[in-house]
Amino acid sequence: MKNPIENLNKAFDSRIRMGVMSTLMVNNQINFNDLKQMLGVTDGNLASHLTNLEENGFIKVHKGFIGRKTNTTYSITKAGEKSFKEHIEALEAIIKGVK
Amino acid sequence: MTEHMQPLEAIQDIKKMMERSSRFISLSGLSGVSAGICALIGVWFAYQWIYKYYIRYEERGGYDALDFTKLTWNLIGLAIVIFAGAILSALYFTWRKARRNKLPIWDHTSRKLIINLCIPIVAGGIFVFGMLHYSEWRFITPVCLIFYGLALVNASKYTLSDIRYVGLIEITLGLINMWWIGYGLYFWAAGFGILHIVYGTLMWWKYDRS
Repeated sequence: MKNPIENLNKAFDSRIRMGVMSTLMVNNQINFNDLKQMLGVTDGNLASHLTNLEENGFIKVHKGFIGRKTNTTYSITKAGEKSFKEHIEALEAIIKGVK
Repeated sequence: MTEHMQPLEAIQDIKKMMERSSRFISLSGLSGVSAGICALIGVWFAYQWIYKYYIRYEERGGYDALDFTKLTWNLIGLAIVIFAGAILSALYFTWRKARRNKLPIWDHTSRKLIINLCIPIVAGGIFVFGMLHYSEWRFITPVCLIFYGLALVNASKYTLSDIRYVGLIEITLGLINMWWIGYGLYFWAAGFGILHIVYGTLMWWKYDRS
């Protein structure tokens, strides 16, 4: 039998990236500041994790404006949703295996 | 830096993040209790004033436009004060719970909750003022109960899902009240007073007791 650990996605290893993905699974769109507040991380830290997820094609970035201020929002992609679901299933499989 | 988490811990974290990012979970049961107490205080004053109005009515032996207008404005003023008191006290207990759990009180979940709560409430409020404009006071309590119930049903998607049932009971009370015109104050006391206190106590028991 295949080891379920192989199905774990390295991209979701970090607590912050996992937090971003979890949040985006249940919210259509969320902006940078809300994400930052939700996860309790610094600007730079969050930005680098978001870039990583974007480069992997898991999230989409939408740049917009509210008045003159930039408002960057994020949403999950189809690929991101699929990969994250597989990651959750792998985690569950491992837990079941341990019991 | 990569933190390696245990699978169980990871799953629990994912669940917590999904819950926390989509619903405002700091709504305190004590907020319901305090809002209910405010409503009952309001009913007590309104009852006294209406009772005294009818005593004057009997003594005079008829309708007096000035006296009636005075009563109406007093009741509107009372409603505004009680409404503000209920909201402020509810906010206080919720703010206290959020602070204790180290969660933000003003984030995108509370924003969504308030917007969705306000849509039916504002529509209902304007509708009630429209009815007062046409001197149609009989349906004020049913309309308030129904619109408030719809607001709770609508908002239940963005906070503790239990408030959905409170909303359904409010709507039912409002609809029954349509056929019991003249008992508005009792329905008001039941829907905005007692129901809030009962619900608030249950929620406090279920989520906040520690």
